[in-house]
Amino acid sequence: MSELLRVEGLKKYFKTTDGYLHAVDDVSFSIRAGETLGVVGESGCGKSTLGRVVLHLLDATEGKIFYDGEDITSVSSAQLKELRKQMQIIFQDPFSSLNPRMTVEEIIEEPLRIYNLYRESDERNRHVEKLMDVVGLAKRLRRSYPHELDGGRRQRIGIARALALRPRFIVCDEPVSALDVSIQAQILNLLQDLQEEMQLTYLFITHDLSVVKHFSNRICVMYLGKVMEIGDVDELFENTLHPYTQALLSAIPIPDPDAPRNRILLRGEITSPINPKPGCRFAQRCNYATAACSEKDPELRQVADNHWVACVRAGR
Amino acid sequence: MPKLMTPYAQKLAKNSKKAKQYEKTGPWIEAWRRLRRNRMAIAGLIILLVLIICSICPQLLTPYGPDEQNYSEAFQFPSLRHPFGTDNLGRDILGRIIYGARVSLVIGLISVALSLVIGGLLGAAAAFYGGKTDNVIMRVMDILIALPSFLLAIAIAAALGPGLMNVIFAIAFGGIPNYARVTRAAILTVKDLEYVEAARAIGAADRRIVFRHMIPNALAPIIVQATLGVAGAIISAAGLSFIGLGVQPPTPEWGSMLSSGKQYIRTNWNIVTFPGLTIMLTVFALNLLGDGLRDALDPKLKR
Amino acid sequence: MNDPLLSIRDLTIHYEMEQSVVEAVNGMSFDVFEGEAVGLVGETGAGKTTTALGIMRLIQTPPGHIVQGSIRFMGEDLLQKSETQMRKIRGNQISMIFQDPMTSLNPVMTVGEQISEVIRLHNHLSRKEALRQAVDMLEMVGIPGSRYMEYPHQFSGGMKQRVVIAIALACKPKLLIADEPTTALDVTIQAQVLDMILKLQKELHTATILITHDLGVVAETCDKVGILYAGQIVEFSNLHEIYKNPLHPYTKGLFGSLPDISKKLTRLKPIKGLMPDPTALPNYCSFYDRCDHRTDACKQGEPPFVEATPGHWVRCKCLTGGETA
Repeated sequence: MSELLRVEGLKKYFKTTDGYLHAVDDVSFSIRAGETLGVVGESGCGKSTLGRVVLHLLDATEGKIFYDGEDITSVSSAQLKELRKQMQIIFQDPFSSLNPRMTVEEIIEEPLRIYNLYRESDERNRHVEKLMDVVGLAKRLRRSYPHELDGGRRQRIGIARALALRPRFIVCDEPVSALDVSIQAQILNLLQDLQEEMQLTYLFITHDLSVVKHFSNRICVMYLGKVMEIGDVDELFENTLHPYTQALLSAIPIPDPDAPRNRILLRGEITSPINPKPGCRFAQRCNYATAACSEKDPELRQVADNHWVACVRAGR
Repeated sequence: MPKLMTPYAQKLAKNSKKAKQYEKTGPWIEAWRRLRRNRMAIAGLIILLVLIICSICPQLLTPYGPDEQNYSEAFQFPSLRHPFGTDNLGRDILGRIIYGARVSLVIGLISVALSLVIGGLLGAAAAFYGGKTDNVIMRVMDILIALPSFLLAIAIAAALGPGLMNVIFAIAFGGIPNYARVTRAAILTVKDLEYVEAARAIGAADRRIVFRHMIPNALAPIIVQATLGVAGAIISAAGLSFIGLGVQPPTPEWGSMLSSGKQYIRTNWNIVTFPGLTIMLTVFALNLLGDGLRDALDPKLKR
Repeated sequence: MNDPLLSIRDLTIHYEMEQSVVEAVNGMSFDVFEGEAVGLVGETGAGKTTTALGIMRLIQTPPGHIVQGSIRFMGEDLLQKSETQMRKIRGNQISMIFQDPMTSLNPVMTVGEQISEVIRLHNHLSRKEALRQAVDMLEMVGIPGSRYMEYPHQFSGGMKQRVVIAIALACKPKLLIADEPTTALDVTIQAQVLDMILKLQKELHTATILITHDLGVVAETCDKVGILYAGQIVEFSNLHEIYKNPLHPYTKGLFGSLPDISKKLTRLKPIKGLMPDPTALPNYCSFYDRCDHRTDACKQGEPPFVEATPGHWVRCKCLTGGETA
């Protein structure tokens, strides 16, 4: 499989009254065509910012983004418009991501209108119907408004809009976390089917490790803007090395009363990465932290074939 | 288990099931439906409609001309012939009130439209561009708002001299900062919503984002403010006329009718009472409608 | 066996809206015994929060009405109590934790004041003594007592939820109702808070109703579980029975929808369709439209809530009509 997207040393800082917030700090990874990279982390880890920087919805402070071999870090607005056909996003909140004053049909056909695809309205209508069919929306809902529909159906509208331009790469920003369990499973299966049918590549952002485990080929764990651990799903789950990943895994409540529970409880709370001091971002909460952890940023080091960890303890 | 329901609730449940089949909705249609259920707002709307009819075709509603004097019938109390009585020059008060509706409505609507366009554009620019533009525009607005708007209107009217257009301008000027603030706040709330970001992600240009995604969703509070603003403008216009800076006699205007009748208040109460009541009723109607619109357009009331 | 601490029978709560009637809770029945933790699991609109507010008698009227049923708490029917009597019970014998810790604290009062306020409302204590107890409570939920002078905004989300829990437990209530207490928190913080709730519940011997949508959280904290669907309990039993031997098709569907971290699955098995509209519930089984095991009998009237095996209650005709699902 060929590489579709690569980011190198990507940084995004926001200016706040207290200093610079390092939302994304020196992140590098690559995604091969047709695979899913799961980005996992808790609130404030920079995972949503990362997705938006990759899509040029936010400008990177530093670093490079390559798409299909081309450097797309700085592009003209014409190039950007072409890129948007290739790269799309599905949002977390199915309530705020749809314009309440537009009908389902208008929302799905808007990208087609912007790119002037299908001049004939007949043809465009047929394409909208096809998209609605693909994501499992009944045709009779064409003239409905988003607020008349439930969360699952609204999320399907968002997916149809993202698919309208036949993209190859989609950022899924917590696409199921606002949905109920039974609906969540429907949407996850839909995303999986679409990936197979249309050879889509996903950057799947979530806070829920159990969702990505089931869904991704590789997983990237972030904490306060930094990548802690990245690797193939099986490798990462069987041979979890970073103390944060270990704690995160152990914290997930398992729906089985007999499951063994050896929870690693972390000290303290998640802070925010404003003007961070050098050293591991996780050191304050880490159960194994030593003086060495606060000296300099630990580098991502390869510990296995497809497994990198940013921890001084790992791989020694 | 038998469902225990009050007869009222049963009726409602039945209605809702029936209604769901044919009602097709959009956000504006729904707002209208909510407004229609608000009796006070509808009362306000009806009063306004009456005033609008008065201002379109006053000659059909009263046999008297606005300036028709008849000294033999001066200082009459309400009667069948003159339901509101006559003034010191023998003019029919009801007739003048009906003719006066046009002046008041024109002043109210045009001055609000003027300040809405100017203030709205300034506020939208401040919200959309942010940063320095925002700061400069809004600080100027702060200065304007620090001046009492009626005093400002008096100053402008005094400087420009009396007359319909000058009154409109004087009142419009003081209203600008209000609309700038409301528009800015409204645009700011929709600016960061995900559907705006979604529009950007599908390649929409700024113009499309502003006119298709931002403005339609920011209109509600602006409409409410404008409705209440018309009431304020009518009061200001009447006030300016009352102190002689507004529309000049003999043009029938409610404020100047009050002013010219005030010296007879002890002997002929009807000359000032009826124009005064009319102003009150009009403002009351506009406020009812404005409050009703606020409730009808408020998305929080939606499920 | 002792009498239950809380015994709810046939509780029905409707909201009368302008155009329709929302049937939020429809004939809910369950018991909570002293010191026991009961989990109520359901999706959006299943009537979880309405049930909790109903027990607290905090349903806003209008539009809400408790149409029928009884809520017996320590032998007395709460629905017969006056508002004054209820006020003495709320926060004292029954208290409630809400989902969002950000909005359930008063931003202009210190956390110490907020905890001692509850204590003083229900006990005749001096200000000083109440404050001393408040500091104890803070320590108990794992916050240094020296922080009692701080305001809510100085605490992080997880810490705020601890303060909320301290307020709820300040009067050592017999029953604690926790409505999605950890949903707004991050996983690692959720783990800390859950751990603490468990510890305190054992320590204080407080009966708990835990309302959640998360089957994982329930598995770690509760003794008994009720599965809610469309305002009814469709299945109720002890933890092991529900998780190891689920009977109702909806319960099975929920488990099929869950991505399980401990197993590698290639595909989830979601429940098809949607929750029925609460303003137009059918007069037969409300799960009928989504059920894979439905029969014609399911369309004939509502299924009764019966004990399928000892202590395992289920509301499904397929199971109780002799046929197996």
